[in-house]
Amino acid sequence: MGLATFFQHLTNGVSLGSLYALIAIGYTMVYGILRLINFAHGDIFMMATYFAFFAIFIFHMHWFIAFIVAILLTVLLGMGIEKAAYKPLRDAPKISVLISAIGASFLLENLATVVFGGIPKPFPTPSVFNDMVILGGVRVQKLTFYIPAVTIILLIGLAYLINKTKSGMAMRAVSKDVETASLMGIDVNRTISITFGIGSALAAVGGIMWALKFPQIQPLMGVMPGLKCFIAAVIGGIGSITGAVIGGFFLGIMEIMLVAFFPTLAGYRDALAFILLIVILLFKPTGFMGEKMSEKV
Amino acid sequence: MKKIVAAVLSIAMAASLMAGCSKQTQSENNDVIKIGVFEPMTGANAAGGQLEVEGAKLANKLYPEVLGKKVELVIMDNKSDKVEAASAAARLVEQEKVNAIIGSWGSSLSMAAGDIVKNAKVPAVGASCTNPLVTKGNDYYFRVCFIDPFQGTVMANYAFQKLNAKKAAIIQEVSNDYAVGLSKYFQDEFKKLTGDENSIVAIANYNTGDQDFSAQLTTLKDKNPDVIFAPGNFTESALIIKQARQLGIKAPFIGGDTWETPEFIKIGGKDVEGAVFSTHFTAEKPITKESEKFLAEFKKEYNKEPAAVSALGYDAYLVILDAIKRANSTDSDKIREAIAQTNGFEGAAGMITLNQDGDAVKNAVINVVKDGKFTYLDTVEPKK
Repeated sequence: MGLATFFQHLTNGVSLGSLYALIAIGYTMVYGILRLINFAHGDIFMMATYFAFFAIFIFHMHWFIAFIVAILLTVLLGMGIEKAAYKPLRDAPKISVLISAIGASFLLENLATVVFGGIPKPFPTPSVFNDMVILGGVRVQKLTFYIPAVTIILLIGLAYLINKTKSGMAMRAVSKDVETASLMGIDVNRTISITFGIGSALAAVGGIMWALKFPQIQPLMGVMPGLKCFIAAVIGGIGSITGAVIGGFFLGIMEIMLVAFFPTLAGYRDALAFILLIVILLFKPTGFMGEKMSEKV
Repeated sequence: MKKIVAAVLSIAMAASLMAGCSKQTQSENNDVIKIGVFEPMTGANAAGGQLEVEGAKLANKLYPEVLGKKVELVIMDNKSDKVEAASAAARLVEQEKVNAIIGSWGSSLSMAAGDIVKNAKVPAVGASCTNPLVTKGNDYYFRVCFIDPFQGTVMANYAFQKLNAKKAAIIQEVSNDYAVGLSKYFQDEFKKLTGDENSIVAIANYNTGDQDFSAQLTTLKDKNPDVIFAPGNFTESALIIKQARQLGIKAPFIGGDTWETPEFIKIGGKDVEGAVFSTHFTAEKPITKESEKFLAEFKKEYNKEPAAVSALGYDAYLVILDAIKRANSTDSDKIREAIAQTNGFEGAAGMITLNQDGDAVKNAVINVVKDGKFTYLDTVEPKK
């Protein structure tokens, strides 16, 4: 393997990893605040790509406007799911909410199959994103530069929102103690709703970026990325936003390197993610950047 | 408590036994002949499955009766998944009690149903499943298409003679029996033609449903092949070709009959221009009288050009209907025998004669993607 080939592999890994990181942030944010793993995240991600697809093909919007519309619709969808599937279970054990999340996930998948059809649809690819840049023999899709940029902008925005705004303060309070927070006059339902809205917006951005890179959308497209990004979030330490980014890049690069160095094992690349999950849970359950377990007791 | 459970269980078991017994009488007495259509309607193979269903539905519309009984199609989604395929087939034979089955697009899915139709003694006729193992050792599975040992040699010959390729690379859908089988026959023939054991410079694997192929393609690019053979599902294949062009791979891509779906071109866009593949039938060259009828009726019904697999879905239905007529019975075993004797039957995609394995021996057509359309290139006859 030549040096150029190695760097091409590394670039491919970083490119895939940055997508995982972007989606993993959404998982980890909702978990960090609500202690709930939103298993419907991957399906909200899928719905966002369909919203963008219809905005462009049926309503002939410019892609930029279409993406904004898709993100807004996805936020509404996310909040709607929270109202319908999670809010009634506010006082129920955590496990019930988790199962409700799995139900929401299946509902979205099957709804999309019935409404949009099971046949994969082509996603539009504006050349701003899909042209290639050649850097010393290594070919990089322009999108590869945008994804980390978008991720960083979102991270800064998120940090500002959580640390500097009133809603952010409410979120932090809710994450520590729901009852006390509500005693202090915080509208818990509104805060949780906002959290889901932001989580869904992150899923939408991730979904659109994913569809730009792999321009084919279908109702089950969110399942594997959803699982893998959940794994990335756990590897990084669920609840930690930096951890999600590190976990995402780690998983992406590991996957590409597995296929690059052991071509015969390429069929096991999905298994690799799950093996990593098991190893992490056995030896370092809190992940690379996870908070200490004692805090939860 | 335990006693109640035991009693309920034993009643349930007895009931299920009775259900098993009543099977024969039910299908004998019924005025409707049920033909199961066992296809992927959702998931990665959905586009292919729906094309076959379109063909079968059209055939059912044109030929709705046999032996004075109405023929009803029971469409069952196998969800492009091997596990789902087995349970879908089981539902067709156990609950729907169909007299015969059409399908499925995708050899792996058909093979998942193999033991079920064999044990239930319900004959199945595959439309476009080309892996030899679908019918091998299974007296109840037939098909109206050629098989991969032939298809593989067609593409190897094309690569060697028309493209003057000396080095070929392969990227195959490793979780799909169709792709792995086709790839093996291609390799054997290509090595024979070039006389060079090392003429296959790289073999890369991927899974059904994968979306990122950058690592595999970077490895292939390093080996600098003259041609890349990529047998596999159309969605993944279109993405592979797209990503290959992004990585600067200029070698031509060739593949098998699974590529012939509109989605291959829609997803691949201008990147799949020039992609060449073997298939069963072309709308540009009607072969029999039945093909002319099929072409005209298909355009009227769906307002588009038919794909090869639609013609095969249509043929599978006709072969079953013809067998029921000749058997003069709806008994599954008699239908099976009549299907096995199919000889010189005029289908939309050519004359059908089934050999002792239950496979049709037919010509292959080579198509190319040109100006966003599948265009006819060549016809290849099977070796005698």
